[in-house]
Amino acid sequence: MASKPRATPSKALEGLLFDGMTIAAGGFGLCGIPENLILAIRDSGVRDLTVISNDCGVDDFGLGLLLDARQIRKMVASYVGDNSKFMNQFISGALEVEFNPQGTLAERLRAGGAGIPGFYTATGVGTTVAEDKEHKVFDGRTYILERGLVADLSIVKAWRGDAQGNLTYRRTAMNFNPDCAMAGKVTVAEVEELLPVGALDKAAIHTPGVFVDRLVVTTSEKRIEKRTVRAA
Amino acid sequence: MWTREQMAEQAAEELQDGMYVNLGIGIPTLVANYAGDRDITLQSENGMLGMGPFPFEEDVDADLINAGKQTISELARTSYFASSSSFAMIRGGHLDLSILGAMEVSETGDLANWMIPGKLVKGMGGAMDLVAGCKRIVIVMDHANKHGESKLLKRCSLPLTGQGVVDRVITNLGVFDVVLGGLRIDQLAPGVSLCAVRSLTEATLVE
Repeated sequence: MASKPRATPSKALEGLLFDGMTIAAGGFGLCGIPENLILAIRDSGVRDLTVISNDCGVDDFGLGLLLDARQIRKMVASYVGDNSKFMNQFISGALEVEFNPQGTLAERLRAGGAGIPGFYTATGVGTTVAEDKEHKVFDGRTYILERGLVADLSIVKAWRGDAQGNLTYRRTAMNFNPDCAMAGKVTVAEVEELLPVGALDKAAIHTPGVFVDRLVVTTSEKRIEKRTVRAA
Repeated sequence: MWTREQMAEQAAEELQDGMYVNLGIGIPTLVANYAGDRDITLQSENGMLGMGPFPFEEDVDADLINAGKQTISELARTSYFASSSSFAMIRGGHLDLSILGAMEVSETGDLANWMIPGKLVKGMGGAMDLVAGCKRIVIVMDHANKHGESKLLKRCSLPLTGQGVVDRVITNLGVFDVVLGGLRIDQLAPGVSLCAVRSLTEATLVE
């Protein structure tokens, strides 16, 4: 087996990128995003991407950079937030968007990674989300069929990892990362610290190494979207 | 008429000891300020149970935000988890209450709060999951839109977030419960007459 740690984000993605591919990216807003892998994808020039992610970062950071460079053809997402490029490209028709309820999106990734091709949920029944989907009644309640998601590549951001690919996440920077890590045919992680194998608390590993193919140690800017504080 | 803060204070009366609660973005977030000494646990759908108040300046952490992307703090009881686990709590019926904002609510409890076709797209985020999974849904919103038109309608005109999901609506004019046949006035804000509410409400009001 090839060694998992790589020297740089672009080396970690070497040979994995191709036009028209599907990429799942962890993160929520600008929290817990694989920001250096996103930069390497932007610099690679790969295009016609389908990107699966909760949102699309902000105009000038995170996945917003790929929108800005017109590398994304389609977003599978749950929230636009305050990203005006995302909204304007969608409304003008330049960007295709498949809106998913956030829990449905997370479960689709988890299911895809777990080998489950579809599942029933009550979320979205009676809304546009349910259009053209199979409806089924269980115990008197109506549910719709949602499909599992598998990506050509998943990119995630973790706190600490080891050369086996075991990962832990920090606080709410976990968010979609473990679900995305499972859903990738290939998964690349950027980590803040690479610890010796055996140093992580074995019962507290969030993503076991089997889900991770390559990793790279990076320094993150960790930009804050909305700084809110209380008076001292 | 109630202010935003007074609407939040009114909504806080929903909170009871031992409840697990999810608060939406905007006025619902303010509800936490009026919890008093009631022992409630706030869930944030980006992956946190036991959400604390805004941090002191020196404790601000980019890795610790709520679903509104605001920096927050943790508590002794806090736990963190992946998005799929977070929504297992929500969709599995484990949360007692969600308080959300809205663009429109119908007299049958339909809710619209995620897009205006061709104009404004926010995305549904976790709202469709919350209204499908939480035991009780309370909406806090202005009674009328910026054009002075009722947001309590016979039928929603905007794309729905959920059908027949709202239990109670708190507006700047009063508190309204979704019951068979329409909306029942639970109480009116100070200085608001029944006559005024009737003229400002499109939805059917029942006794």
